[in-house]
Amino acid sequence: MRWFWIDRFERFLSGVEAVALKNVTFAEEPLDDYLPGKPHYPHSLIIEGMAQTGGLLLSQLDNFEARIVLAKVSKAEFFALVEPGDQLRLTARLQSVQPDGAIIEGQTHVGDRLQGQFEMTFAILDESYGDASFFEPVGLMRMLRVLRLFEVGVDQHGQPIPIPQAMLDAERTEVQGYDLSPLG
Amino acid sequence: MANSEEVFSKVQAALVDALGVEDDEVTPEATMVGDLGAESIDFLDIVFKLEKAFGISIPREELFPDDILTNAAYVENGKVTAGGLAELKKRLPWADLSKFEQNPRVQDFGNLLTVNDLCRYVESKL
Repeated sequence: MRWFWIDRFERFLSGVEAVALKNVTFAEEPLDDYLPGKPHYPHSLIIEGMAQTGGLLLSQLDNFEARIVLAKVSKAEFFALVEPGDQLRLTARLQSVQPDGAIIEGQTHVGDRLQGQFEMTFAILDESYGDASFFEPVGLMRMLRVLRLFEVGVDQHGQPIPIPQAMLDAERTEVQGYDLSPLG
Repeated sequence: MANSEEVFSKVQAALVDALGVEDDEVTPEATMVGDLGAESIDFLDIVFKLEKAFGISIPREELFPDDILTNAAYVENGKVTAGGLAELKKRLPWADLSKFEQNPRVQDFGNLLTVNDLCRYVESKL
């Protein structure tokens, strides 16, 4: 099972705001049994989707290299259930960025209706937590492409956010390692 | 300009919100770490909430003098030297350092800050 709780970015303004979409379908297992007879998308996964939206907004500032963890959910208020067939729009805004962490505020909507509002604190881990990367660069780049981050993402001058060179280099190295000899 | 009562009430609200403590736990004498259970990541949240509540900007080094406490010139055998204490007083004129001065172990500094210190700091910014 994939642990991505957003489907794609609709808007991504570097260092400011990210808007992601999540289409909720009846085929998703987490909707089952949560409230028998009333399938709906669990609030905990909406929080995770907001953390992914905000976490990537923060992580992009450092070319996705910083090791970021969700440290605290200060606020998560819900005003409506999200049901099969709904499209959830998650908006995360960066409020404060410090060397050791950041705060985002977020809102979720279904159509024009405010569904939830959030405040979250992220910790940016330093070397005292070791130096292992959280993500393998090629896998992360592919995920970001699927999420269309590089298609819609712009910096504060309206210029497209480029794919970090380190990710492209890692992909090139991986492709060069493929054994294509069986293809003749 | 806000009076001391207004400042305390807003600081209290920020701490209740950020730390999930009760109103009556946030007394002027309460220490942020020892009594209210603040962890390092909470200070990010507290600073953010105070900046919003008072419309002020709080540079990190004004509240957390890590550069002094990790400077070999100001620390000897795990204790802040007289020169270091003078620097701390200059940097944190709003903080009550009288207890800390009696045995200025660096490791104890983290639990020094009280709610009252925070109020006095905010007042100095208004």
